[in-house]
Amino acid sequence: MTVEDVRATLGARVICGEEYLNREVYSACGSDMMSDVLAFVKDRSVLLTGLCNPQVIRTAEMMDIVCVIFVRGKKPDDMIIELAKEKEIPILCTGHRMFSACGMLYARGLNGGASYNE
Amino acid sequence: MSECIELRYEVSSEDFTRAGEASSNVKKKLKQMGVSPAAITKVAIAMYEGEINMVIHADGGHIEVTISEEEIEIKLCDRGPGIQNVEKAMQAGYSTAPDNIRALGFGAGMGLPNMKKYTDEMTIDTEIGVGTTVTMKVKL
Repeated sequence: MTVEDVRATLGARVICGEEYLNREVYSACGSDMMSDVLAFVKDRSVLLTGLCNPQVIRTAEMMDIVCVIFVRGKKPDDMIIELAKEKEIPILCTGHRMFSACGMLYARGLNGGASYNE
Repeated sequence: MSECIELRYEVSSEDFTRAGEASSNVKKKLKQMGVSPAAITKVAIAMYEGEINMVIHADGGHIEVTISEEEIEIKLCDRGPGIQNVEKAMQAGYSTAPDNIRALGFGAGMGLPNMKKYTDEMTIDTEIGVGTTVTMKVKL
């Protein structure tokens, strides 16, 4: 699946990073708590979140997240968009709630993919 | 090449939106140096959590990063209130962060546990009212 497939599945709007829509996506995670996102390394994952601040992009940067998706109609401000552009991370926005958005992607075959090691 | 590369970053507690800039810079530098992606991810996540902690709990501070051929050492030094109970602070889910920090997506009590999880060695040196120094090492 690519970022564009994710976009089409959710009927999401591209806020920035149109040039990265052909990136491969292997997994997804959904959380409003960034430390929980940071707790598990993922492989080419998209991040779904209802949290809307620059630390979402920072977290995505540290985790090599391939795309950030804001759910529940959250709209990133200019500072968030600029940071995402600088870090080459595409942003999508969807009006779907977190549970629905995750479910739609899961139904298309995307899974959590988190590697767990203690 | 046997010499070490030393980097130093000041962390300001005044602007939460800038927290993570130091970690971002280190990540970029390690990539340029050709360090393995797995080690870069470990360093980036552990340092980012530490940087966030310094902004949330302490009054900022500074970070020293030393890169040698064998390992990367990250030393987080703050002049904050110190950690009352280190054992509790190390428990996943234990947090003293206020609600306004939770609203920003942090303060889930995962910071220190994540830092330990992603590094090969971690020591916490803390004194109430004086500050905390967290030293982390990632082997290369």
